[in-house]
Amino acid sequence: MSVRILPGTRGGVGESVRRVDGVPKVKGAFQFASDLWAEGMLWGYTLRSPHPHARIRAVEISAALTDPGVHAVLLAADVPGKKTYGLEFSDQPVLAWDRVRYAGEPVAVLAAADLETARRATERIRVDYDVLPAVTDMGEALRPDAPRVHDFGNVLRHIRIEHGDPGAPADVWVEGYYETGMQDQASLGPEAGLAIPADDGGVDLYVATQWLHVDRMQIAPCLNLPEEKVRLYLAGVGGAFGAREDVSMQVHACLLALRTRRPVKMVYSREESFYGHVHRHPSRIWMRHGARRDGTLVNVYARILMDGGAYASSSAAVIGNASTFATGPYEVPNALIEGTCVYTNNPPCGAMRGFGAVQVCFAYEAQMDKLARALGMDPVEIRLKNALGTGSVLPTGQVITGSAPVREVIRRCAAIPLPEEPAASRGGDPCSYPGGAGNVSRGEGLRRGMGFAIGFKNIAYSEGFDDSAEVRVKLFAGPAGPVAEVHSAAAEVGQGIHTVLTQIVRTGLGVEHVLLHPPDTQVGSAGSTSASRQTMMSGGAAQLACAVVREELCARVRRRAEAEGRALRGEITLEGGAVLAGNAPVGRVEEFLEMPIECVRTYHHRRTQPLDARGQGDVHVALAFAAQRAVVEVDEELGLVRVVQVATAQDVGRAINPQNVAGQIEGGTAQGLGLALMEEIQLQDGQIRNASFTDYLIPTILDMPPVISVLVEEPEPGVPFGAKGVGEPSTVVSTAAIVAALRDATGRELNRVPVRPDDLIGLSPPVASPGPPPSPDVPGPEPIPKRAGLAAGQADLMRGD
Amino acid sequence: MEVLLPRTLEEALEIKAARPEAVPIAGGTDLMVELNFDRRRPALMVDVSRLPELREWRRENGTVFLGAGVTFTRIIRELPEFVPLVQASRTVGSPQIRNRGTVGGNLGTASPAGDALPVLAAYDAEIVLAAAGGRRRALPWHQFLVGPKRHAAAPDELILGARWGIVRGPGSFSKVGPRNAMVIAVASLCLVMDEGARAFRVALGSVGPTILRAPEAEAFAVRALADAGAWDDPRASLSPPALQEFGERVAAAARPIDDVRGTAAYRRHACAVLARRALAWAFEDRRSTSRSS
Repeated sequence: MSVRILPGTRGGVGESVRRVDGVPKVKGAFQFASDLWAEGMLWGYTLRSPHPHARIRAVEISAALTDPGVHAVLLAADVPGKKTYGLEFSDQPVLAWDRVRYAGEPVAVLAAADLETARRATERIRVDYDVLPAVTDMGEALRPDAPRVHDFGNVLRHIRIEHGDPGAPADVWVEGYYETGMQDQASLGPEAGLAIPADDGGVDLYVATQWLHVDRMQIAPCLNLPEEKVRLYLAGVGGAFGAREDVSMQVHACLLALRTRRPVKMVYSREESFYGHVHRHPSRIWMRHGARRDGTLVNVYARILMDGGAYASSSAAVIGNASTFATGPYEVPNALIEGTCVYTNNPPCGAMRGFGAVQVCFAYEAQMDKLARALGMDPVEIRLKNALGTGSVLPTGQVITGSAPVREVIRRCAAIPLPEEPAASRGGDPCSYPGGAGNVSRGEGLRRGMGFAIGFKNIAYSEGFDDSAEVRVKLFAGPAGPVAEVHSAAAEVGQGIHTVLTQIVRTGLGVEHVLLHPPDTQVGSAGSTSASRQTMMSGGAAQLACAVVREELCARVRRRAEAEGRALRGEITLEGGAVLAGNAPVGRVEEFLEMPIECVRTYHHRRTQPLDARGQGDVHVALAFAAQRAVVEVDEELGLVRVVQVATAQDVGRAINPQNVAGQIEGGTAQGLGLALMEEIQLQDGQIRNASFTDYLIPTILDMPPVISVLVEEPEPGVPFGAKGVGEPSTVVSTAAIVAALRDATGRELNRVPVRPDDLIGLSPPVASPGPPPSPDVPGPEPIPKRAGLAAGQADLMRGD
Repeated sequence: MEVLLPRTLEEALEIKAARPEAVPIAGGTDLMVELNFDRRRPALMVDVSRLPELREWRRENGTVFLGAGVTFTRIIRELPEFVPLVQASRTVGSPQIRNRGTVGGNLGTASPAGDALPVLAAYDAEIVLAAAGGRRRALPWHQFLVGPKRHAAAPDELILGARWGIVRGPGSFSKVGPRNAMVIAVASLCLVMDEGARAFRVALGSVGPTILRAPEAEAFAVRALADAGAWDDPRASLSPPALQEFGERVAAAARPIDDVRGTAAYRRHACAVLARRALAWAFEDRRSTSRSS
């Protein structure tokens, strides 16, 4: 028996509903994690290693403790439980003992009455370091004589994907070498949280994170507490983009709170934030593409090297993505792909929007343009010719069973009208030229270029993870009608999952008044707000829970009718808070809610498989595709750029909130533009040289073009509402599209991002490599040993379900 | 940390006389960044943002005096005739920073990247300094700016403002950075054409330890214009090769370094391009002014 919800409930699925957090954020009333406050709270501060690699001989804390404002100084020896944590491999010390492996690694934490006292007291901690040789180049890390970052060696993960006949001949070959720089997520909100010791010996932690439960899973063993004594609550998140997947200040704040028996707040400064979270992996990629004369791809050889930095974080999954997506959204019958992620003494790299797919897209799309040029083909035509579709086979052997409207996104994107050619005079506004507010141009040396790129990204976790999501839905009678409450641990990080959940519940229950329970660990795991997965996963759980609540309501309606000896004719429907049987009103919904109806449901995506020894396996749950066309203007004398327009078509399955989808596409494009033109953490011998927003530049409104987006809605089968995640595909493709446009405008190779003014005017040559980046002997040096492996990682959480 | 809030200039100068270590703060757009980064921990700050003498600008006998506390937003609004200064002010930070930041801050910080400084150098401005007891003195800009983040004011002095002779003729300010707004100059240039004195003045920012002038290039342009008989002909211009040579001579005056914001080679190159464009624009603007008048 089913209950149908009639259309007419306002604010449901498919509407551009206003964001639930929109008004407070715009008014400045939203409380971010950095705004947290508690009576009598202390401030925590972190002492970090100044060296990329050193042995710790001794730490002297007595001078720091002389300040009466200082309440505690903790070292590794003060960690009562497990000394390490990690998302996939537990290799990162809570506080370093014996060795530090990157500049910025926490060595001690301190709690004091105020932040300034804490900062100054931290300076009085004396650490005696024996500086060791460091390996800060990803290529060098593979040399047998390189310093070892960990005892088991420098190979974090090596993947080899063999597909078809890697020796297959082709008519035309093109070869290229590409590099991408280390990008920062640059969330405007820094890492922040407040830990409050509880009377039961446990701790309550309010924190800005992407996944409450995986934080708790890592925190509790370090505190030597059972998980139920570590309760997490989501504090206001000022952007995440992957940087909040890893634990930063969580364990430290809890340790200090438990030691001092006082609430302890920690907020990183902007500079500290650059040291305190993982970054996008820099990469070196070598590719060789072979095709028939008609443009059909025959064979691809790819070598990918990524710098994972000092600790594993999610590097294993990132190199997994980079390797499995290395050939792009194209049918490739033969391929040999080798991906290696190494440990170095650089700051750790991990998750960032696009997660390994960004780097390879920059490379394979440059290759496709090279191929098009070699064959005299149009860039759009060669992409259409080789595009994946449902039923296509990926190099991993995975057959695409879901929707894959690749040709559709290409065609729809290419059909968007081009921006008008600029008028000779632009009203004297220098901001309409490259260089913007700098007033450097009246139109001299201006060249326009156009670039096209397509790309794809997996939705949800891959390689066998069952990253399920739980949601609790409660329907009860409020003073003014029925009220639904939705309780999910899904982190709202600015992307809009809270709004999406309320929309799904409105549609699911036909009730307009929906309350959001604050996200915490009192409900089961929602999985991470990552991998473009929450709409599908937590949205799916909400949909399941609503269906059960509806069934119960329906049963109550029928039971009452039976008890009253009435027969109900026709289907029971809910409309605007009313219950109908057929067309006849039966009563108001709240009349059947003397007792609330409550239900908890967990959504699991379809199971995937790990990669086997030959890199084969059904590894990805679902794929989302995007095409972008960028139009740029380059000042060919100054090497400055103005992106004139980005046109894009994105495969979204179904848009739950079209305006929010457009917002995600624009934000993702801005982040891709940043990597294309300006964003890079500059490292020298393991030290960050630009740890500030003065010198780490992110795009401003004057750098962002209008983004014209077309949503391609071809529902993904077997997925709630057919909705695919939308957060990442735009970031994956926009870097590639913009650099393609720059190549078109300048005729230069531009094989490294971010592209610098020097590159655009030929002052510096393209980056060069004598051949493929080095590959470890396979099976070669053992990657991370089992003892540090998944037993300590998210696998635990999966088993918990 | 102690912060003193004098109500009058004399009070402020007495504070500086008694405690010369007091660090003046007006908009705080440089100083607060230093404090946030923990690069400085001044024991005493003196807030000069309330002093009326610093907040005014006025014309006096063919010169203009610009108080150190005039914000960039006010310059854009109140001094439109000083085109290069307005253009430089527009390139400073964001609207919020321009609402707080002052010319006095540029002078006090004395960074070669201070956006207003190449303009003051091209105006041949003098910097007016004050000390307690009514002592006043003025230093030519090049004697005031003595090195990277170093100036010649005495510890007991406050910067009152800058004064320069009003110039008849076109001019412009340009700034190159890898972002289209809110960027610290990788190279900047101000060119002023003084039709009365038949002179050119070109100043460069962010390409040396302090603001640099390009005297050889200036002399070259003056000569070239005289040779072409162009000083008396507002429709005249210079040939492309002469513009090119002017740019190269300006670039030769730069003393750039490689740093995290850009390479020395690019900075030098940018100077040549900016100089060539600025000179061409000066002729263009001169022509359009003569047409409209």
